[in-house]
Amino acid sequence: MSAVTATRGLVEVHNVRKSFHGVEVLKGIDLTVEPGEVVALLGPSGSGKSTLLRTINHLETVDAGSVTVDGEFIGYELRHGKLHELREREILHRRTQVGIVFQNFHLFPHLTSLENITEAPLALKRLSKAEARELALGLLDRVGLAEKADAYPRQLSGGQQQRVAIARALALQPKVLLFDEPTSALDPELVGEVLDVIRDLAKLGTTLVIVTHEIGFAREVADRVVFLDEGRIVEEGTPDEVLTRPRHARTREFVAKVLG
Amino acid sequence: MTTTAPAPADRPTTGPTAARDTASTTARDKVDLGTIAVVPTRHWWRWILSALLLFVVAQFAWSLVTNDRYMWGTFAQYFFSEPVLIGIGYTLSLTAISAVVGFSLGTLLALGRLSASPLLSSVAWGYIWFFRSVPLVVQIIVWYNLGYLYPTLGLGTPFTTDFWIVEFPTVQLVSAFAAAILGLGLHQAAYSAEIIRGGLVSVDPGQHEAAAALGIPASRRLFRIILPQAMRSIVPNATNEIIGLVKGASVVFVIAIPELFYAVQVIYNRNSRVIPLLLVAVVWYTLITTILSIAQYYIERYYARGSARALPPTPAQRARSWVSTQWARLGDSPAPPRGPDAETPAAPKGGRA
Repeated sequence: MSAVTATRGLVEVHNVRKSFHGVEVLKGIDLTVEPGEVVALLGPSGSGKSTLLRTINHLETVDAGSVTVDGEFIGYELRHGKLHELREREILHRRTQVGIVFQNFHLFPHLTSLENITEAPLALKRLSKAEARELALGLLDRVGLAEKADAYPRQLSGGQQQRVAIARALALQPKVLLFDEPTSALDPELVGEVLDVIRDLAKLGTTLVIVTHEIGFAREVADRVVFLDEGRIVEEGTPDEVLTRPRHARTREFVAKVLG
Repeated sequence: MTTTAPAPADRPTTGPTAARDTASTTARDKVDLGTIAVVPTRHWWRWILSALLLFVVAQFAWSLVTNDRYMWGTFAQYFFSEPVLIGIGYTLSLTAISAVVGFSLGTLLALGRLSASPLLSSVAWGYIWFFRSVPLVVQIIVWYNLGYLYPTLGLGTPFTTDFWIVEFPTVQLVSAFAAAILGLGLHQAAYSAEIIRGGLVSVDPGQHEAAAALGIPASRRLFRIILPQAMRSIVPNATNEIIGLVKGASVVFVIAIPELFYAVQVIYNRNSRVIPLLLVAVVWYTLITTILSIAQYYIERYYARGSARALPPTPAQRARSWVSTQWARLGDSPAPPRGPDAETPAAPKGGRA
């Protein structure tokens, strides 16, 4: 029933800078995510990890530097040695290569689970109604919610909503999937079901970038952990290197605090 | 409590507690706590007020019937008379056309005000400011007398008055009806714009972001994702505005359009039966408002889908289920939950006796 093949994208972030109202939140970030790699972004709140994630699919513009997925600039085009911001239509097209799952799900409350998933493929005229429906049912089955196709988001638990949101993000078969604190808004007993789905995606080899506070999960699933603080990458490496034997004092302090 | 109140602190607590214990045990002896009846709070003041209100309403209804100055005969004579029906036609068409003009232009203005372009948003702001400032009557009179300010209208060289490509006399272009539509529609647009804008900004910005992240194009984002959610707060206000228009349309009597209110005025100016003819208008306005209010209920319900785990039943559904339970009771079958089952009772009919 699995209607989605694993696609892998290469993400390259070069010297990205971003300021909000004169406050620089990203101070020159370089990051490469290999195809099929699972990267966890950790850091204290305000460290810029969510902003970095959002620059990858151009929900946040950058002031300097660039972001590419498989060598293609997201949101920009290289002309005469400068990056020109693309027109809305082209941005939307390239953005579909990068899916995102939000902390607060942001499902469309007036559409059923099924309609939430079919909306984007239908809007972009990629699939016929019947094909979109079949795809959506396959995705719902994959996240374990086949019987909830006709339920509205408010009739679902938080964990179920987030699983529908993941299915929705997968409907466009993105090369990269971004997770912005996917379990932070969930009751503790619902965290597991969402992490299970993400774990499956990781096994399938989809490129994943995950902002999370679930240290245990990051340790288990991530190939690499990147620790940010005050808009800079402080430390990166395997989960074991960063979480068990952190080299920087700042990382040690954070890990100690989070692990309690 | 008053009996135990004077008891000093040094008094052994056994006294009052013992008394309470015996009281409760005797109570427990008498009733079975498993089947004990629950008595809700009695709202005496609510009952008294309700009775008073009922009395006032009944008194008023009685006076309606007995007071012959209402002249119900005259009312009946004119209720379906031709000028009144024509007047209703005008009232309804003025309302419908100016509502369509008003809400279409209002949507554009709302989008303009929310636009990132400072020019668009200030033009929209300026429009709303101006048309909310000018009284509707003044506007209608100006539109009707536009020929006085600009005797001809047409296309020509900008900023001159002599070279015309096409040219029409204003009086021909702007009839009384057109002046009324212009006045009502443009006036309505300013108010609708704010209602629609209010609805749009009330939708969680995360919805915009999620739709954009999915690559959904801007227009579809608006019409498929944002507006349907905004409609929940737009519909009640919009219905207010449309009902306002139905009666607001009566101001066009200043340019002698024979809508409902103007029609009854003409009649009572002739026969001096002011009250029964005003009642004709009032009853018609009430009927129109009733239909619009029912429509509002169902439109709101449509846009409320997904907003609650389950929507409450509509009055029609409630009535149907009430009828079917009553029917079931009549059939004396042991309380089947559904109507259709009750209609073919398996139990013999003699069982009722």
